[in-house]
Amino acid sequence: MENSLILIIVLLPLAGALLNGIVAAANAYRKKEIWGEKISGILAFSTVALSFILSMYAVFVKMAGAEAIACTPYQWMTAGGLNVNITFMIDHLSAVMLLVVTGVSAVIHFYSIGYIHGDKSSVRYFTYLNLFVFAMLLLILGDSMPVMFVGWEGVGLCSYLLIGFWYKEDEKAAAGKKAFIVNRIGDFGFLLGMFLIFANVGSLAIADVNEYFHQHNSMTFFWTNVAAICLFIGATGKSAQIPLYVWLPDAMAGPTPVSALIHAATMVTAGVYMVCRFHGVYLAAPVAMQVVLWVGGLTALFSATIALYQNDIKKVLAYSTVSQLGFMFMAAGAGAFVIAIFHLMTHAFFKACLFLGSGSVIHAMGGEQDIRYMGGLKKFMPATFLTFTLATLAIAGFPPFAGFFSKDEILWNVFASGHGNKIVWLIGMVAALCTAFYMFRLVYLTFFGSFRGSRQQEHHLHESPKTMTVPLMILAALSVVGGWIGIPKLLSFGAIPNYFHDYLEPTLSKYGHVHIDHYSHATEYALMALSVAIAFAGWLLARMLFRELKYRLPDPATYTGISRLLWNKYFIDEIYMKFIVNPIKYLSTNIFLNIADKKIIDGAANGSASGWKWVAVLLSFFQSGNIQAYGFYMLFGATIAFIFALFLF
Amino acid sequence: MGILSWTLLIPLFGGILMMLIPSRDSYSEKSSASIYGWIALGITTLAMVVSIFMLINFDNSADGYQFQEKFEWIPQFGLNYHLGIDGISILLFMLTTIIMPFSVLSSFKYIQKRKKEYYIWLLFLEFTMLGAFVALNLFIFYIFWELMLIPMFFLIGIWGGPKRIYATVKFVLFTVVGSLMMLAGIVYLAILARNTFGEFTFEFEQLMKLNIPLQTQLWLFAAFALAFAIKVPMFPFHTWLPDAHVEAPTAGSVILAGVLLKMGGYGFIRLGIPLFGDAALQAAPLMQLLAVIGIVYGACLALAQSDLKKLVAYSSISHLGYVMLGLFALTPEAIQGSILQMVNHGISTGALFALVGMIYERRHTREIADFGGLAYRLPLFSVAFMIITLSSVALPGTNGFIGEFLILLGSFKAAWAQYLAHQQVFGLVLMVFATSGVILGAYYMLWMVQRVFFGPLNNDKNKNLKDLSFREMVVLIPFIIFVFWIGLFPKSYLTKMEKSVNSYVEQYQPQELKQKLTVPDEHEGLAEKSTEIIKTKP
Repeated sequence: MENSLILIIVLLPLAGALLNGIVAAANAYRKKEIWGEKISGILAFSTVALSFILSMYAVFVKMAGAEAIACTPYQWMTAGGLNVNITFMIDHLSAVMLLVVTGVSAVIHFYSIGYIHGDKSSVRYFTYLNLFVFAMLLLILGDSMPVMFVGWEGVGLCSYLLIGFWYKEDEKAAAGKKAFIVNRIGDFGFLLGMFLIFANVGSLAIADVNEYFHQHNSMTFFWTNVAAICLFIGATGKSAQIPLYVWLPDAMAGPTPVSALIHAATMVTAGVYMVCRFHGVYLAAPVAMQVVLWVGGLTALFSATIALYQNDIKKVLAYSTVSQLGFMFMAAGAGAFVIAIFHLMTHAFFKACLFLGSGSVIHAMGGEQDIRYMGGLKKFMPATFLTFTLATLAIAGFPPFAGFFSKDEILWNVFASGHGNKIVWLIGMVAALCTAFYMFRLVYLTFFGSFRGSRQQEHHLHESPKTMTVPLMILAALSVVGGWIGIPKLLSFGAIPNYFHDYLEPTLSKYGHVHIDHYSHATEYALMALSVAIAFAGWLLARMLFRELKYRLPDPATYTGISRLLWNKYFIDEIYMKFIVNPIKYLSTNIFLNIADKKIIDGAANGSASGWKWVAVLLSFFQSGNIQAYGFYMLFGATIAFIFALFLF
Repeated sequence: MGILSWTLLIPLFGGILMMLIPSRDSYSEKSSASIYGWIALGITTLAMVVSIFMLINFDNSADGYQFQEKFEWIPQFGLNYHLGIDGISILLFMLTTIIMPFSVLSSFKYIQKRKKEYYIWLLFLEFTMLGAFVALNLFIFYIFWELMLIPMFFLIGIWGGPKRIYATVKFVLFTVVGSLMMLAGIVYLAILARNTFGEFTFEFEQLMKLNIPLQTQLWLFAAFALAFAIKVPMFPFHTWLPDAHVEAPTAGSVILAGVLLKMGGYGFIRLGIPLFGDAALQAAPLMQLLAVIGIVYGACLALAQSDLKKLVAYSSISHLGYVMLGLFALTPEAIQGSILQMVNHGISTGALFALVGMIYERRHTREIADFGGLAYRLPLFSVAFMIITLSSVALPGTNGFIGEFLILLGSFKAAWAQYLAHQQVFGLVLMVFATSGVILGAYYMLWMVQRVFFGPLNNDKNKNLKDLSFREMVVLIPFIIFVFWIGLFPKSYLTKMEKSVNSYVEQYQPQELKQKLTVPDEHEGLAEKSTEIIKTKP
């Protein structure tokens, strides 16, 4: 088979998962450990690390100069006009994703070895984590929609299993279930889009689909947009956008490395990746592009405002993730697919760093996640503090940190692109302001001031072990320099090539370009300065309010007005519960089960049965055993018959 | 005698042989596995082995019936013992022979009274089910179809739960109402055949050549469809199923879900559509509507259940809705999907019933509220349950996905062609509802899993449960193997039926659909182009 290297990259994590899974089952069956957390952790880490190294080899050596390499292990299904091969393809887009995913996964696997230490189910943990990487690779490398969908739902499954990893607590199991079901709502859209596309294109291979929409589109304008929007519904589920974002904050119930890997760096970005992958479809569907742009913009602002008032360190980061994903969709909606992927990459670095940092903090705090009870941690955990701050500078958009380049370019494209929109640009700017503010609020409340927790917690404070701090440093370094591969020509005056752009542009403009309105360089510089100013403004505001916290933060129960609305996340969960979930349950139990099934259908069946019983009872009166009565019936019948005969003939 | 007859007669003679074994006092026997269980296991395994030989010799590329056997029985009335198998029936036939040994195995502990009788009925049941799948003479088919009721009647009625009498009578009455309609239809068909060909005939192939006026066809289709729809069961004829399932012993439920329910779908595809093609096309929108109602309604009812077994039973109604939807879409993708989905449903729902039976043997309750936190106490059981659950919610990579995906894809294709031809959105709206089944399916299954396996282990009675025994693992592992085998490598299954289904569709697909469906051919060059792009590596 050609390029079987790709197959090895994909199968390594699966092998790790299978091996660990079998050992976990055998441990349970024999009630003694064959191997424990140490070996399983090292096994899991090394499969992913090896996968990363091989990916680098594949991308930089085997693929050098080529547009794409592919490998087809076997034919998956054939029926009628459908023909799906299991094909893994690395092109420039999936190459970027591949490196980000395997790289960040390897780092987080390493971190997990320290983090999960002492947990009895660690073998199970590494099984799921490896399985996740496998599913993610299917999603990225699958070159047809069904193969992609295997990965798409596979990562959803792993997310479900890992959110509910500590399933003994009911809320955690419920959070996992919620994530799966909300994602299924998105998948429902994805499936419909896939069917609609198949009915028209006659193929589900990604290249065929893009080519069809680019060149041969015979669908009407309406249905083209419907198809693109259906796919986007899938993206809103997986990438936690309005209206399906509600599962992500709850997903923080999982172990923190999982939040970092799945719910920040990789899985949740799958929606963005998918939209970019199908840019041929989206470029043919301008209405759908507008939907993507607006949903992205609104989500960015909406969840940034919620993050302003959260006190749980992981919840703040979760809403921040939703918001940043919104930024990525804004870029995609504006047609700047390269920038969307650029932000996806930088976000993977700094957000993974932030989550792992929060894990380190929670570890030190003995499980406490409420920032009202933290404070002054910088002197206890300097490495965590430093890396967390660097990542914060990156996400807030300070130059020259990674987030600055990607976020600034997103806003510029939304401002200037033919698909962009000045109102959405403004929304994006406000969201960026909120981002800087809530992130620095988090930093100040956690690391500055004096410690506000219990005496016991203070005694326990310590820096995390090397297995945890080394990954933090790697990711922090990437948060600083990660953006330098994509410095816009305008800033470097053409001195440094924009490597990232040059690498991805040919792949992502294969099916058409987006028109960028012409503005003077001065405007561009002004906008850039404005976005830096906004980052500073957010920082200064947070510094003013939270640097030396002299007062105790108010109890959320006493909030009123806007703060109450934001603390309660706009009551969206409650609204969904009341208007969607509960009506379905009510309909099922009280109408379908108790009335339709029991009363009407079974009533008819049992009714006709007892109806016959009554007929029988009635007829049995005639079977009296009384000879005279029988004689009378005979005479009566004969008379009737006689009269009939008389009239008829 | 051919190999089909051998497969059929092994369980029949096995059952008769068992009758001749002098009965020990099986009422007082306490051991979990009795001699009868082992004998039945041997007989069903033998039948399985013989059928596997048949499978190996099955020719995928041939179109039409294979391994045909024909003996005259009452030639004056055209009654022949005529058997044969093709791509449509072979998977269902194999499903039956493979599922039987495992149902026997899953009864070893559950059945504690009148063991000898029990296994005899199981063997007779296998004989009748296999017969119905390979009969090529309508009369023989009908005999097998009706004979099936008798073993099931006793299985539920004797070894069932507390409300078994109500359940078994309901089951038989519902089924018989439909079957008698079909019998009337069969007699009418035979008379039509005599008027056309000059002699009575019940041969499928002869009957399909009949030219029946549409009005008559509609009546006949209605009679047959009622019989099949009750057996499937389709909404609104489904209420016998939950009762029968809940009361039946574990093996009864496994067979009921695994094989018996397939009779309805098989009847439609083998007889309902081919015999009355025009009528079936007329009725297709209605049948698809009922199928989609079944998908959503069954899922909603599953959501409302508090009894594990009832939940699984209602989920069956939802899953079989998909099968019916696909059959009446009449595209090759959808029909192949439907046949595969029948097999999948046999595997995943059969396994679910086996699993529920295992937990019932431990706790003697099936109320979801009595459980919680079992994953901690029963890790292996939980893993097995989880895998089967995922197959039931059609997670890609498991068997359930292939079936559901092909059905929905193929049905959407047909609905889209309808839309293009007549600008009717009815089919598309149906498809939206049908696809929403994937959400509800995940909801009721995962909610149930959460309540049974996750959360704290509060109930003291659950604290000392034993995990899977070796025998139970032997029952479950084949199911799990099939889940992934079909899920990851469905091609060998799909090619078995490809030829038969394609010629079937060629024959019965409506003309306008055919025209509309050829549109994508213009872009045939695309596929090659995309592979070219990939190969541009220097």
